[in-house]
Amino acid sequence: MVTSVTNFGRNGLSDFLVQRITSVVLLAYFGWLAYVLVAGTDYGQWQALFATTWVRIFSAAALFSLIFHAWIGMWGVLSDYVTERLMGAKGNVLRFLLQLAIGAALFIYMVWGFQILWG
Amino acid sequence: MGIQGDSLVKDTRPVNLDIATIKLPITAYASILHRISGVFLFVAIGVMIYALDLSLSSAEGFASIAVMLDSLPAKMVVWAVLAGLIYHSVAGVKHLIMDMGYGETYEGGVLGSRITFLVSVVMIALAGLWIW
Repeated sequence: MVTSVTNFGRNGLSDFLVQRITSVVLLAYFGWLAYVLVAGTDYGQWQALFATTWVRIFSAAALFSLIFHAWIGMWGVLSDYVTERLMGAKGNVLRFLLQLAIGAALFIYMVWGFQILWG
Repeated sequence: MGIQGDSLVKDTRPVNLDIATIKLPITAYASILHRISGVFLFVAIGVMIYALDLSLSSAEGFASIAVMLDSLPAKMVVWAVLAGLIYHSVAGVKHLIMDMGYGETYEGGVLGSRITFLVSVVMIALAGLWIW
């Protein structure tokens, strides 16, 4: 259970549930976004849409969901393939460094997203 | 090493862990593609946030996306991102359906994977039509 030190909720059942709840939020958001884009939009409508409070809140919910979902998903992939078993002791170091980079990227996505929505 | 009789001898049975030579079931391909598309989307989301930023920055920014989308490389990038999103979403819905207790048998998993691939291919083709 050593790899659980960097998972999301320190508990597999919690990660399982968070992964599914966030997936439903993301599914709803991208479904809505696809509907808006397929229906067609111009700059004025697009700008007005993202100025509404509900779209900003919906987008922020999707952004948070994305951060959690990506962390749990990338942790799952890394802790399966970049491991001590497959790569020796350097596997642990490499996995930790990759997780740091992923955390930094997700933090940038979050700050950038909030700047777009409320900047 | 294995024990045969009283002596310890080298186990000479062939071991095949070369994944490229093992025929995997369709469920394995559905699973690994879900992972690959997920890792791809982790990177692609940066492109999507950039596009959102540009589209909301100004009328010129919004128009520049439309101009960009006239070029073939940009169309290919957008199609690749949509393909990743579509496959990851459809495979994710399959997961949610299985979590609810449907199709948890091996046969159910095979059928679910086939439906996932079929629905994804159709939706990715439609996305391509929409882009071009």
